[in-house]
Amino acid sequence: MERGYRKKRLNRQIPEDEIITLENVTKSYSSGAPALNGVNLHIKRGEFVFIVGDSGSGKSTLIKLLLRELTPTEGEITVLGYNLKRIKHRKIPKFRRNLGIVFQDFRLLKDRNVYENVAFAQRIVQTPTREIKRNVPSILATVNLAGKYKNKINQLSGGEQQRVALARALVNKPTILLADEPTGNLDPNNSWEIMKLMEQINENGTTVIVVTHNREIVNAMKKRVITMKKGVIIEDEEEGMYIDED
Amino acid sequence: MRISSFFYTLGQGIKNLGRNKWYTLASIATIGACLFLFGIFYSIVTNFQHVVKTAEEGVSVTVFFNEGVTEEQILAVKSELEKNRPEVREIEYVSADAAWEGFKEEYLGEYADGFTENPLADSANLQIYLKDVSMQPALVTYIESIDVVREVNRSEVTANTLSGLNKLIAYVSAGIIIILLLVSIFLISNTVTMGIAVRKDEINIMKYIGATDFFVRAPFVVEGILIGMIGSAIPLIIVYFVYTHAITYVASKFTMLSSLLNFLPVEVVYKELLPISLAIGIGIGFLGSFATVRKHLHV
Repeated sequence: MERGYRKKRLNRQIPEDEIITLENVTKSYSSGAPALNGVNLHIKRGEFVFIVGDSGSGKSTLIKLLLRELTPTEGEITVLGYNLKRIKHRKIPKFRRNLGIVFQDFRLLKDRNVYENVAFAQRIVQTPTREIKRNVPSILATVNLAGKYKNKINQLSGGEQQRVALARALVNKPTILLADEPTGNLDPNNSWEIMKLMEQINENGTTVIVVTHNREIVNAMKKRVITMKKGVIIEDEEEGMYIDED
Repeated sequence: MRISSFFYTLGQGIKNLGRNKWYTLASIATIGACLFLFGIFYSIVTNFQHVVKTAEEGVSVTVFFNEGVTEEQILAVKSELEKNRPEVREIEYVSADAAWEGFKEEYLGEYADGFTENPLADSANLQIYLKDVSMQPALVTYIESIDVVREVNRSEVTANTLSGLNKLIAYVSAGIIIILLLVSIFLISNTVTMGIAVRKDEINIMKYIGATDFFVRAPFVVEGILIGMIGSAIPLIIVYFVYTHAITYVASKFTMLSSLLNFLPVEVVYKELLPISLAIGIGIGFLGSFATVRKHLHV
């Protein structure tokens, strides 16, 4: 069985423009049904993908696997050429620098101002100060926050906070932007603003993966939609729609 | 590591102190309180040991010889003891004349003029000072077995008391220092855990963005070291002033004791207390932050 898997993996050449590959990925925790069950998924460079599904459908587990926060119980995950099942602990930071991540709860550093929050991401990957001073204002202009760079985080609205988080995710010029429920805490106007920004980022060549519950947005944007239920992908459609749960 | 990253790390470590004011204060207070007690205790113990040691150095064994034993024979015994008995620190030869002079000076004064010849003709002796008082009984037994020796005078009680006291101080000091260290490690690991809990999100974000373990850890370790340094500097300064004032106060209030209580100057105490305290403070700060961050690195 194990041998068969390996043979299959080796036989199949990953196409050059495919940057995320999941083959028969199963993730089970110590108890209960597996969170992911034999998932196959291929995402190409430059795609815009929605992942939808109820809580418990396996979306979060999928995101965690893509971030290499978790490793699969079975199957193979390859992201940007890194085999995430075999990657060494000390190589993980280098891998993650290719990803930009946005969370539902923003996860900003509340004791620092807007500029410092974005610069923080650059400091961590050891960008020279000279470049940080150039990059941060330019990315803040992209998310329409150029005028608020000195504000403390708690002086901002939810939508503004999420834009800071987006700027932080983008400042290191990631290949893939992963957004986990980015509009979950936002009103419709702010949600749309964030989604428009993401679309714009995608048009500039970044692969964007958005996990969401927001039906209107998914249905209006006409992007690829992957629907998950109980750990399996039940639907994967270009220009897909949000499928109602019966 | 880039120079700019180095300064960033250093700067973050310093800023972290201000960002978590209460955590910082709690940690500094904990380390400070422990090292303050340590400093006070250390000063008392070193002074005690100093007093005991000074007293020990004054303890001597006096060896008297049989009638008719010549100065050459006595000197031969002296050099033999110096060569073969390692516990001997110093031997002083007191000739019969010197013994008489000393006796005259001490007890007779001008009345000594009536003596025409030395009444202490056979009291030439050796004053033996030991390195370690506890070795005295063995040495005395050995000297008594030498055939030219008439008598050995010793101060057995003093010797035993002193070596016993010295041992007691050593045990008590070791015990109290161990208790202090355990208490401080317990308190510090608690405060560090508290501080890390506050910063868990920050560590988490850093890991998601792609920070190396080293980069995540470095500001916390800088912070820990700074806390350790401040936490040891404050009690060192306080103990310095307390100590100088205490010894001048005691010396002025209890003048009759001044010959017995020979206090060490603060510089001598600090020659060891300063590096030990700094090492303990910085060591605890370093280990506390290093070990606690480690738990949160596997994200």
